[in-house]
Amino acid sequence: MTLPVLSLLIFVPLIGAAIGLLIPADQKASIKGWVFAVTLMPLVLVGIMWPSFTGGSAGMQFTENIPWVPSLGISYNLGVDGLSFPLIALTAFVFPLATAAAFGFDKRVKEFFILILVLETAVMGVFLALDYILFYVFWEAVLIPMYFLIAIWGGSRREFAAIKFLIYTMVGSLLMLVGIVALYLATGSQTFSITELANLASSKVSSTWSVWIFLALFLGFAIKVPVWPFHTWLPDAHVEAPTPISVILAAILLKMGTYAIVRISHPTFPEIAQYFAYALGVLGVINIIYGALAAMAQKDVKKLVAYSSVSHMGYVLLGVAAATPESVSGAVFQMVSHGVISAMLFLLVGIFYDRTHTRDMTKLRGMAVAAPTAGVIMTFAAMGNLGLPGLSGFIGEFFTLLGTLNVFTTLVYVTLIGLVLTAAFNLLMLYRVLMGKPREEFAVMPDASPRELFTLVPLMAATLLLGLWPRLIIDMTNPVVTNFVSRLTGGA
Amino acid sequence: MISIPLTYFLAAGAALFGLGLYGALRRTNIITVLMCIELMLNAVNINFITFSRYITSTGSQVTGQVFSVFIMAVGAAEVAVGLAIILAWVRRRQQVNINEINNLRG
Amino acid sequence: MPHNAWAIPGLALLAYALIVFFGRRFGERAAFIPIIALGGSFVLAVINLLAVIGGATAEVRFDWLHLGERTITMGYRVGPVEAVVLFMVTLVSLMVLLFSKGYMHGDAKFNRFFANVTLFITGMLLLVIADNFLLFLVAWEVMGLCSYLLIGHWFEDLDNAKAAMKAFLTTRLGDVGLMLGVWMLFLATGSFRFDEITKEISKGQMDVAFLTLAALALFSGAVGKSAQVPLHIWLPDAMAGPTPVSALIHAATMVAAGVFLVARSFPIFQAAPDAMLTVAVIGAITALMAALIATVQTDIKKSLAYSTVSQLGFMMLALGVGGFAAGIFHLLTHAFFKALLFLGSGSVIHAAHTQEMHKMGGLFRKLPVTGATFIIGTLALAGIPPLAGFFSKDEILLEAFHFERAPILFWMAVFAAFLTAYYMTRSVILTFFGKPRDHHVYDHAHESPPIMALPLLILAVPAVFAGLAGAPFAGSWLQHFIDPHVHLPEPSGFVQNVAIGVSVAGIVVAFLIYQVGILNRQAAIRVLKPVYVLFKQKFYFDHVAMGIVAVTVAISRFVATVDKWVVDGLVNGLGWFVFQMGQGARRFAAGSAQAYAMVMALAIAVGLFVYQAMGG
Repeated sequence: MTLPVLSLLIFVPLIGAAIGLLIPADQKASIKGWVFAVTLMPLVLVGIMWPSFTGGSAGMQFTENIPWVPSLGISYNLGVDGLSFPLIALTAFVFPLATAAAFGFDKRVKEFFILILVLETAVMGVFLALDYILFYVFWEAVLIPMYFLIAIWGGSRREFAAIKFLIYTMVGSLLMLVGIVALYLATGSQTFSITELANLASSKVSSTWSVWIFLALFLGFAIKVPVWPFHTWLPDAHVEAPTPISVILAAILLKMGTYAIVRISHPTFPEIAQYFAYALGVLGVINIIYGALAAMAQKDVKKLVAYSSVSHMGYVLLGVAAATPESVSGAVFQMVSHGVISAMLFLLVGIFYDRTHTRDMTKLRGMAVAAPTAGVIMTFAAMGNLGLPGLSGFIGEFFTLLGTLNVFTTLVYVTLIGLVLTAAFNLLMLYRVLMGKPREEFAVMPDASPRELFTLVPLMAATLLLGLWPRLIIDMTNPVVTNFVSRLTGGA
Repeated sequence: MISIPLTYFLAAGAALFGLGLYGALRRTNIITVLMCIELMLNAVNINFITFSRYITSTGSQVTGQVFSVFIMAVGAAEVAVGLAIILAWVRRRQQVNINEINNLRG
Repeated sequence: MPHNAWAIPGLALLAYALIVFFGRRFGERAAFIPIIALGGSFVLAVINLLAVIGGATAEVRFDWLHLGERTITMGYRVGPVEAVVLFMVTLVSLMVLLFSKGYMHGDAKFNRFFANVTLFITGMLLLVIADNFLLFLVAWEVMGLCSYLLIGHWFEDLDNAKAAMKAFLTTRLGDVGLMLGVWMLFLATGSFRFDEITKEISKGQMDVAFLTLAALALFSGAVGKSAQVPLHIWLPDAMAGPTPVSALIHAATMVAAGVFLVARSFPIFQAAPDAMLTVAVIGAITALMAALIATVQTDIKKSLAYSTVSQLGFMMLALGVGGFAAGIFHLLTHAFFKALLFLGSGSVIHAAHTQEMHKMGGLFRKLPVTGATFIIGTLALAGIPPLAGFFSKDEILLEAFHFERAPILFWMAVFAAFLTAYYMTRSVILTFFGKPRDHHVYDHAHESPPIMALPLLILAVPAVFAGLAGAPFAGSWLQHFIDPHVHLPEPSGFVQNVAIGVSVAGIVVAFLIYQVGILNRQAAIRVLKPVYVLFKQKFYFDHVAMGIVAVTVAISRFVATVDKWVVDGLVNGLGWFVFQMGQGARRFAAGSAQAYAMVMALAIAVGLFVYQAMGG
């Protein structure tokens, strides 16, 4: 492989953004078209890479390693394995759809679309970086476009939400940076490589330091996930963010947190992770139940979906904490599945908001009468969200809890309540948004347009496909998950 | 070679620096303030050259002199930028009182 | 032939896809897509059944997922039980589809109705042939989804939407337990497959307490789906859906899936006697309680709904006392005559435009076909020999009679059987006989079109004859067919006489009260007021459920409040605190560059002085 595929994945959007800058701002259609075309390119690259992951190798592939600051051991080190590839694919899949969902925008079009490309570069970098500093740079780089995307194109309280998002996640990143530096100094080695430091940590770092570094890293990631009680930035950010940005936020950015937990904090400190496993499991269950309960009480449908994200990310945490092959596979699968389903839900909320200019469920009702196709798709999405067997949400939850049952039996029993609550808030959402007769002013509205269907149908197809044929993901993740589990449980 | 004692030079430099500092802190005309900053820079230059002349035991004796050349160059750049800013300010506000420039007041 | 059994649900799925993507072009003719497909499925099912009777069986599976070290397979299995149930499901489905073509005529969401019903049929057929719990769960929940969608077919009315939600949530409560059971069994045996789980259990090395827990967890799924006490509350409300849906989903097929689940995992239950006893007790309580409630219903569909709950209780009772074959037997016969009854009630509603039996009366003259088939269904359900229900119910009573752990179950079942005959006769008399009580209804009533009458006539055939397949004088062929190792209970003349006796007694009592009028009903209600209210209020189960819902909602409101004011409040409070500190610090920023420089110069001077003084 001479072609630096991963670098292309990261920088194609950025180069596309640079070229996009040359297009005059008033040629809105060409900007939109260009950016959409650029977001398709990573998808093509992912398609090219796909066959390499069906073999089921646990190692890093397509690696690139160029010294960056050799005196400190920082390098431009990229690689992809069965854990990151599904997330890369998800990113490449969701970005074109989110871009297409933004075609209706008319406010400062050029900046918006360019920022989306910058965001894609940063996200790709996070999932591909194998060097702590590089990872940190991309991690922070995500915040910059996100801040502007929320603060400029958001709802009425956009500045508040954007600043809260920025500062809150920045606090997390700083903790993470402290952890990274401490890890570097504690091992005393001249490298920032994630994999090498993971191998060194157990022998070189004292257990007290390990605990503190683990906690710093974990806390940094936990805010991004978001783990209760650090989740409150999420509903604010979601409610204020424009639809395409909500989609990206829910589908991809949240996965950065859990990805980092699986990639970095757990493999680096397996003993510590096992020591805290029960606590993490409890946090996961709190996320599930608390998120579901909070979702149930919301009046704003977008907030409801946001809290549903909190609830669903709890499964990932629980599965990773339990550290069995089934539970971790389920957790990783859940990441992808939640990405697809939550994207669908946010798009639908956006469609209804676009028509009615309200997200208040006491005013929305009878949308299935007013917009039957959108209603059907929303039912589909809600079913995916509540984990209906046959759709992708089921596989994630089912295997997560299956794997967790023998490890944290009590926690799984408690989570069963969460499963019912999840069904409850999803059905409540359908009941309040879709059922009944619409208010007079909303009785006549255009149904989902072809462009909107274009954004939704691929997500529906993915939900169904992953639900029926989970091998698409599990075959890739299985070797990595096996390694992960043996590292965690073998070391304890 | 009989020479003027070191302290004379240092005293001159200190005096010049003190004058510059006083002017920079107390004068209200922004152009005067800029000139006073130049005075301080030149006071430093005097010290550099003096030490470079008097301390010959270690290293090259031109280090200090090279530094002063640098400072002059930077000073020139500073004046260029500073005057440009002042000019822009004056055009906008039609006055040169530094106390009126308080946009950063909290 | 059984190897190609995938085509039976496959055809239905194909029809679903066609109707979803192209149905709009055909208008109401789109209904023929699933009708033709199901016709094909039915033919296949018949061929299949004949092949299985000939001794053929099939197991087809493939690797579906590699997870950790384990391989999970997907596949289907067709044996005697599957073949018989496939035959029943395809037949009933086909009849219901035909009936719906007439019944749903002119409905705004005609195509959507047929699409959902077709998807449902796919799910049910898949469930029957699934050879593992995963596929079973998929089919199980697909049915649940379709049930939800079809109950809420007329969702413009929020009451219907509420009923749909109630059905989904109540069954979900049970499904969660089902999943728990599946996980437990998978972790213990390493497989989702019924046969492998059975094999592991038959080794006899598993803890009985564990198996009891697992079996009860599975059973909770059945309790939800098959509307057993205490999760039965959704089924009567589910009558909000179109009547063909009630016939297909909420009488013949989906609700029987719970019974089928227990039958499927029968070896697990057999290894856990306490779980078996629980099944039997729940079944008996359900059978009796629902029958009692059915006696005071005035809505023709609700009365049938409680009757369904009661009959499902009979099936559970049969399984619980060990009568695997009896349970399946009753499942089959019940499907035929209950589908017939529901379609008949649909025909009545179609004609009368009301579901209230007190507004009907004397409709037999107007609806002879419907009336005749309805009476056949009633007699079958009441257990009058030689109609279908007699043999299967007799079999269940016999099994219960021989169950020594709890003799009372037999008497509960007998009483329920008496009530069954009573309330069905009551329905028939109120609907079809006596004087017309509402002349508007009566005058506008008309016999249904042939496309609706035909399914009634066809279904009447198995409602009459299906029981013969398992009749003792036919050597109990069906029981031996579905379970070659069956131990049929000792026949008992006593039980047979009791069974016939209570059936006839029920009919006679109802006839005397409602036709002859020997009793002043109002006076009777006054005397029996507490009991009447108890039945009318359905033993207050709904009140308890509403209480649980209210508590949950209150908790969720509390959590949301805490989230807003405490969890987020701390975050925003911290932000506010920092902001206030900044406000305080503002006064130090006068905006004068010279002042800043002065402070800086002084600080440097002081710093240098201190440095000097400390001898640096």
